[in-house]
Amino acid sequence: MSFELHRPRSLDEALTLLEKNEGAHVMAGATALVLLMRQGLVRPSVVVSLRDAGLGGIRAESDGALWLGATTTIREAEESPLVRSFCPALAEAFGHVATVRVRDQATVGGNLAHADPAQDPPPMLLALGAEVELAKAGRKKPRRIPVEELLVGLFETSIEEGEILTGVRVPPLPAGTRATYVKFLPRTEDDYATVSVAAVGRVTNGALMDARIALGSVGPTAVRARKTEAALREVALMPGGADNGRLTAAAALVRDEIDPLDDIRGSAEYKREMARVWTERAVRSLLS
Amino acid sequence: MSRHEIRFELNGEARTAEVEADRLLLDLLRADLGATGTKEGCRIGICGTCTVLIDGRPISSCLYPAVYADGRKVRTIEGIAPDGGKLTPLQQAFIEQGGFQCGICTPGQIVSATALLEAHPKPTEDEIRRWMMGNLCRCTGYFGIRRAIETAAGTAR
Repeated sequence: MSFELHRPRSLDEALTLLEKNEGAHVMAGATALVLLMRQGLVRPSVVVSLRDAGLGGIRAESDGALWLGATTTIREAEESPLVRSFCPALAEAFGHVATVRVRDQATVGGNLAHADPAQDPPPMLLALGAEVELAKAGRKKPRRIPVEELLVGLFETSIEEGEILTGVRVPPLPAGTRATYVKFLPRTEDDYATVSVAAVGRVTNGALMDARIALGSVGPTAVRARKTEAALREVALMPGGADNGRLTAAAALVRDEIDPLDDIRGSAEYKREMARVWTERAVRSLLS
Repeated sequence: MSRHEIRFELNGEARTAEVEADRLLLDLLRADLGATGTKEGCRIGICGTCTVLIDGRPISSCLYPAVYADGRKVRTIEGIAPDGGKLTPLQQAFIEQGGFQCGICTPGQIVSATALLEAHPKPTEDEIRRWMMGNLCRCTGYFGIRRAIETAAGTAR
């Protein structure tokens, strides 16, 4: 592999470089791109590093939203008091990524732009209704799209030629919102999940309102489970924590909302069953 | 291939190097600078053998572009013990607690555990497990390594 590397010092400079170099690849933490280049899956002629472009940082926005700049490392997000107080489950989802070494190098924006369906942050960000901002040379206001519209296929996003993902915005959470992220890892803790489930919802008088469920490692992208969400509306547990049948029935719907593959982490059928089991557990933990 | 001049600090010493865009920090250290204490293992960021610290934080030098070291402090196994041949309490504990056998993973283990103790001087067993989980050892199992860290931290039971 032989490429020209650019190290712009600002977003504007980076956008101009992309405009001038069609097909250029953007590199942030580099953990994914280094491996893809070594495997020969990506052979860029121009690489634009965002490392010094000033896109890092975490802040609370005036409307109560949380902003995570694209080159914020996963570990910065995991350890940020701002992220933790905004939504502890989001900090935990970042903390589940690979190992501390990867978390210290890989970035929040790179993790999304890589569109690996087995990553931990995307299902949590989907369930939280997060959006990303995409800047482009000559564009006055960035394009803002839901994470759900960003992730279109296996390692495939809707980012257009010349665009740079500048960060992710998590909208303010209504009072009483609970969130959880569970990762089923039967092998080792630094492995990809067999199945992961993010669940978010308000709980009022013991009943789950407006549930949002998203899963990872069960198809070409992280995915929302909308039929399951609809069936979970106002689900509550009986005294003592028993289910009256509605939670079990709703969780069973998730089996048909995913598209897992047979691989070393289990057969597709096994993953459907584990998705059902872990969805039920995630919702149960929101209610208890 | 573009070439880039970088300035960084290696174990407290100012260094400059000219590197190609695709040069990885592991190869800069071992092949170009002769700092062979850092070992090469899987070369895909999994095994932890090539762990070094960038501004105090552990990374896999096999995944880290050498140009990214520009302006940063790099600390390798050679920079862990103070001058004069005296080992750190952690290194001493690895010897006394049987924290290694063949030794290939040991530089990475020591560098990772050094960063752990700097971030969490009295780590819980769970913190040790979570932090060290990405440093693989195929000889000893992990009990000796955990014991060595607990001994250095003064939390061994």
